[in-house]
Amino acid sequence: KSNQKVIQKHSLISPTSKGDKILLHFINQSGVKITTSVTEGASLLEVVINKNLDISGFGACEGTLACSTCHLIFDENVYKNLEPIADEELDMLDLAYGLTKTSRLGCQVCVQKWMDGMTVRVPRDVKDLRNVKESAENQ
Amino acid sequence: MSCSLLCRLCIVGGGPAGFYTAQHLLKSHPDIHVDIYERLPIPFGLVRFGVAPDHPEVKNVINTFTQTAQHKHCCFFGNVNIGRDVSVKELQEAYHAVVLSYGAEANRRLGIPGEDLLGVYSAKDFVGWYNGVPCNKDLQPDLSSDTAVILGQGNVALDVARMLLSPLDILKKTDVTQPSLEALAASHVHKVLIVGRRGPLQMACTIKELREMVNLPGTKPDMVTAEFEGIAEALKELPRPRKRLTELLLKAAQGSAGSAQATRQWGFRFLRSPVEIRPSSDVTRTAGIRLAVNRLEGSGENAQAVPTGEVEDLQCGLVINSIGYRSLPIDATVPFDPHKAVIPNTVGRVEQVAGLYCSGWVKRGPTGVIATTMNDSFDTARALLQDIEAGLLKLSTKKLGSKAIVTLLEKRGVNSVSFLEWEKINAEEVKRGGRAGKPREKLLDVEEMIKIAKT
Repeated sequence: KSNQKVIQKHSLISPTSKGDKILLHFINQSGVKITTSVTEGASLLEVVINKNLDISGFGACEGTLACSTCHLIFDENVYKNLEPIADEELDMLDLAYGLTKTSRLGCQVCVQKWMDGMTVRVPRDVKDLRNVKESAENQ
Repeated sequence: MSCSLLCRLCIVGGGPAGFYTAQHLLKSHPDIHVDIYERLPIPFGLVRFGVAPDHPEVKNVINTFTQTAQHKHCCFFGNVNIGRDVSVKELQEAYHAVVLSYGAEANRRLGIPGEDLLGVYSAKDFVGWYNGVPCNKDLQPDLSSDTAVILGQGNVALDVARMLLSPLDILKKTDVTQPSLEALAASHVHKVLIVGRRGPLQMACTIKELREMVNLPGTKPDMVTAEFEGIAEALKELPRPRKRLTELLLKAAQGSAGSAQATRQWGFRFLRSPVEIRPSSDVTRTAGIRLAVNRLEGSGENAQAVPTGEVEDLQCGLVINSIGYRSLPIDATVPFDPHKAVIPNTVGRVEQVAGLYCSGWVKRGPTGVIATTMNDSFDTARALLQDIEAGLLKLSTKKLGSKAIVTLLEKRGVNSVSFLEWEKINAEEVKRGGRAGKPREKLLDVEEMIKIAKT
């Protein structure tokens, strides 16, 4: 279970550290684009929390694969180069609202240099629909 | 808000709905003050009392709720029973708006003979018992028989099954209460059947919980192969989540899970509805359950169970009714739909009562996980904020807020518990738990909680 990381609040990222080389764009649930610059290594969930980005209700379980509120949508060309998805991530991702073919959980994706300039999107509503009726209708 | 008039709001219920609603309101404007009233001396509702002891990660949301409670414009009042100590009308006089987020404290009844026999419990009470809900501490569930039947196949049913069959080595490191741990250690229950009205493709639990059963040490699955006829063929048409869940279920049914030497068994039984719980010959306790055999009409999520006329009897000494929680009306002045057991509302605005809102299970019904409630609470908060913007809450009328309520509480001899005082209770629980290698040892007695809060 090396993929499970609890967020480290005093982390690899501080708001004003030198050597930030990787530019990331987040589009939040209101369609607002937020740009931030980070060093590699932290998960995208840690980026959102530690940089205090304006995304409501992100990461309820704090990166322990017990919810799907850090669901992010990637561009196809980024998605196909991400580390393979494990069963435990898929179990939670499958309950996420607005699931797409290029969706992943932010707590399981770590920033790497080649991601410089990428844009990730939060679905319009951040939901975890562990109500099978509703999620089936949304497939 | 275009002009900065102080806006005093209050929330009834200190669980996830209450805290997420408060969080969204406080974040949106510096002149909004939110007070949270909770019936128990301690906060967090079902995060503390519903989430299973072996799911500690799900409880991480307590950290964000703690931050909300510590916000300078948020005030928590525990040990205050709205509807008994203070009326909703009195809250409406003291605040610009009131949000009802008090959840579902009752359960759906089976409505069958034998439901009140010794050995039959609602999942709400059984879960409350092992999670330390004060009013469930004397439940003393009868765990002396070999077989337990759980009615319902949602995640709560699976939590109960897992608690009945988990090795003690796992349970003793969790925050399960000590008396429950001792009772489970002495339990004779070796077989748990989880019974649903409909078929394998309508099972309401989700894959994480099913995987936990499949991987539960010391157990093996016990299913009826005939109940899975046609299921493998239906797989390819299914959406991915249902497909993966069904594949895992089939794998378990084919007997390739669990160890052959395992002494504890669990299994699903499908197309069965309870018609009677049968007593022992001395009529003092449960000895079995009579189930009606169903067939399915239609398919997929909307398939209906239709009785065939056949019945089947199962021997068991423990029956857990896990067919759903249920909300109750709080106060004669608040509208309530007794059929759906929710407060009638539109996007969280209580119908026909200005200034009254609702969020969480009392608004939508008792389904979904914490994150479902989170989004629902944000929706209610947004509606309330819209109404503030539209000038519907008459902010120019000054409201006394908690000053008025505290005066009433003092007059009525009610001793409220603050968030700082909860932290004393919390510290004591963590200390006691540490001695036993557990994250906490929950206090089970309201009087003891108040005593520690007030030291």
